[in-house]
Amino acid sequence: MDFDLSDEQRAIQTLCREFARDEVKPRAEEMDRDAAFPYDLVKMMADLGLMGLPFPEKYGGAGADTVSYALAVMEIARADASTGITLAAHVSLGATPFYLFGTEAQKEKYLVPLARGEMLWGFGLTEPQAGSDAGGTRTRADLRDGAWTINGTKAFITNSGTDITGGTTITAVTGTDAKGRSEISNFIVPQATPGFTRAKKYRKMGWRASDTRELSFADAAIPEDHLLGERGKGLKQFLTILDGGRISVAALSVGLAMGAYDEALQYAKDRHQFGQPISKFQAIQFKLADMLMEIEHAKLMVLKAAWEKDNKRPYEMTASLAKLYSGEVSRRVVNEAVQIHGGYGFMDEYPVSRMYRDQKINEIGEGTNEVQRLVIARLMGL
Amino acid sequence: MKILVTVKLVPDTTADKRIDPATKQLVRSGVETVLNPFDEYAIEAGLQLKEKIGGDTTVTIVTMAPESGKEIVRKALAMGADDAIMISDPKAEGSDVWGTAYALAQAIKKNGFDLVLCGTQSTDSITGELPGALAEFLGVPGITHARKLEVEGTTVRAERETDNGYAKVTADLPLLVSVTKSMNTPRYPALKGIMGAKKKTIAIASLADSGVDKPVGHEGARTELIDLVSPPTRGKGEVFQAADAVAGATKIIEFLRERKLV
Ligand SMILES: Cc1cc2nc3c(=O)[nH]c(=O)nc-3n(C[C@H](O)[C@H](O)[C@@H](O)COP(=O)(O)OP(=O)(O)OC[C@H]3O[C@@H](n4cnc5c(N)ncnc54)[C@H](O)[C@@H]3O)c2cc1C
Ligand SMILES: Cc1cc2nc3c(=O)[nH]c(=O)nc-3n(C[C@H](O)[C@H](O)[C@H](O)COP(=O)(O)OP(=O)(O)OC[C@H]3O[C@@H](n4cnc5c(N)ncnc54)[C@H](O)[C@@H]3O)c2cc1C
Repeated sequence: MDFDLSDEQRAIQTLCREFARDEVKPRAEEMDRDAAFPYDLVKMMADLGLMGLPFPEKYGGAGADTVSYALAVMEIARADASTGITLAAHVSLGATPFYLFGTEAQKEKYLVPLARGEMLWGFGLTEPQAGSDAGGTRTRADLRDGAWTINGTKAFITNSGTDITGGTTITAVTGTDAKGRSEISNFIVPQATPGFTRAKKYRKMGWRASDTRELSFADAAIPEDHLLGERGKGLKQFLTILDGGRISVAALSVGLAMGAYDEALQYAKDRHQFGQPISKFQAIQFKLADMLMEIEHAKLMVLKAAWEKDNKRPYEMTASLAKLYSGEVSRRVVNEAVQIHGGYGFMDEYPVSRMYRDQKINEIGEGTNEVQRLVIARLMGL
Repeated sequence: MKILVTVKLVPDTTADKRIDPATKQLVRSGVETVLNPFDEYAIEAGLQLKEKIGGDTTVTIVTMAPESGKEIVRKALAMGADDAIMISDPKAEGSDVWGTAYALAQAIKKNGFDLVLCGTQSTDSITGELPGALAEFLGVPGITHARKLEVEGTTVRAERETDNGYAKVTADLPLLVSVTKSMNTPRYPALKGIMGAKKKTIAIASLADSGVDKPVGHEGARTELIDLVSPPTRGKGEVFQAADAVAGATKIIEFLRERKLV
């Protein structure tokens, strides 16, 4: 067994740590307050090669592995969860479907500019009436005169409406199968498609500097070849994407927890009460010890899942465990981080107050804690 | 054109540093090693010149450091340098400025060079003397503390920072220039560079390989460190309670005038 990162993995981690510390962290509070999408940071991440980190060089990527990707997401989220999800959703949800299921022509047209970070792309599974039950999709796509005509609504779609978004990949019902169940397929819907509109950004509790929108399709017609992968394989494809996505969301949770721990540790050393730093009180020391213990545990699980994926092992179980556990760890850690800050932790100037708000989605997005437990139980064969 | 950049490996600048009172050496164990931050400006200057001049221009990193620092040197390669030379030899341990400069000069001469770029100082020993000594050993002019640098053919034009402004100077290659922080903003090593760096060469050379024909290290040191003294701890500052802003400002001005600071 070997716990050492490779030189490359370490270099990528260091790069992301320095970039996050110098460029992202100083901006996080303002971006959160103004709910401002950081176009310039996305451009910088693109120039560094982060937006295409795990994809092969021939598709505009950097050719790095999943472990490096998880480390990158952790370091960026450690400074700012919004920037972290913008990166993570772009790679895992926006670009990955093209990499896994696209034809060579689709990869050329979409994956290459996405991996280069020249444009962003959304992933539209959730609908107002179909969340955890993603198979309950109501959006329809009908093939008429050589074009797919789409009608329906998608909810909470990340990166779907920025100035540099190229489009969204969605699930839609294309018929019924032999057993009478919905046949679901995936479609590439470019931003300029007539009848495809994006609502204003949602007003959110956290991830405020990330772009989340509702999408509407009213007789939105796309060419027949805008089907992604095989007809009828839509749900299966999306589930495969979500398996990998769990590593990414788990890394996001660990990163957020690391950021909150960093702040709490520093604050505990600086804040004096009863004539000494509060870090000298055993009650505070124990909180910090517990925080570090849980972060370390969650981080190991995420890296193990990433390692399994890189080594072509089954990784679904570890990834689900890691996603669930890191989400819960991030809640306990941000909670104690605010507690260590006392009243100051309730104030907007202190990063932990933002982290507290940014945390909750970790237990909801890409499969709620409850759904994650269902997935785990299913993988146990129950 | 052959550009060589001298780079020192130093303990992480943000870490707490301690001097071992017995050896009077910096305690390096347990502290991460990084590229001397001042040298990143020299690397950036080299890379920008390479991009501008093009052709067969190369940027080579030169360092005297233990072989264990190899992966740190790779960061300079990830930024875009072409290759690196490391003088790694137990006999180099304890080198003073003279020894360090002599060894670097021999290795640089052996490699061949048109332009040598240095940082202005290290963050550990901080003598700031090395670039001058190195230019001397190389037998070339040294333009220290440059904030601007242009190369046209074999002519180099530079602006040297001085206490009250800057001086414009010009010289011909071959030449040594030390680069200040105001010259540029060092780039991050992009993923492409990181992934490509593993294919680049870091040549490890002993002192003998580098053509160092005189003892350096402890044996060859010409200076002896006699004592190390911590700076006196600062006393408590004076506290004035001012009734209003004007009274406060007046008090500050008085305070500064008394000490002839304004
Ligand atoms: C506490 C302490 C006290 C010391 N006192 C003395 C002393 O009194 N006299 C003495 O002669 N020596 C002394 N030394 C040793 C001496 O400072 C270093 O060995 C020598 O490398 C000079 O480096 P610098 O860090 O001062 O370089 P600086 O002159 O501050 O560095 C300028 C530039 O030179 C280049 N450079 C420096 N070192 C290297 C290297 N190893 N490889 C490649 N490039 C390099 C870099 O580009 C750097 O930016 C002392 C060391 C310590 C730890
Ligand atoms: C900021 C943000 C960004 C998002 N980005 C995207 C995106 O880019 N693309 C995308 O497709 N979606 C996105 N989502 C949607 C997200 O994945 C869903 O919100 C999530 O899957 C939960 O669905 P829901 O909100 O409909 O909750 P529901 O499914 O309605 O769940 C409500 C509650 O019921 C519980 N529950 C549901 N079913 C069961 C069950 N069988 N057993 C036990 N408990 C159950 C849930 O755990 C939850 O506690 C985003 C959401 C947010 C808030």
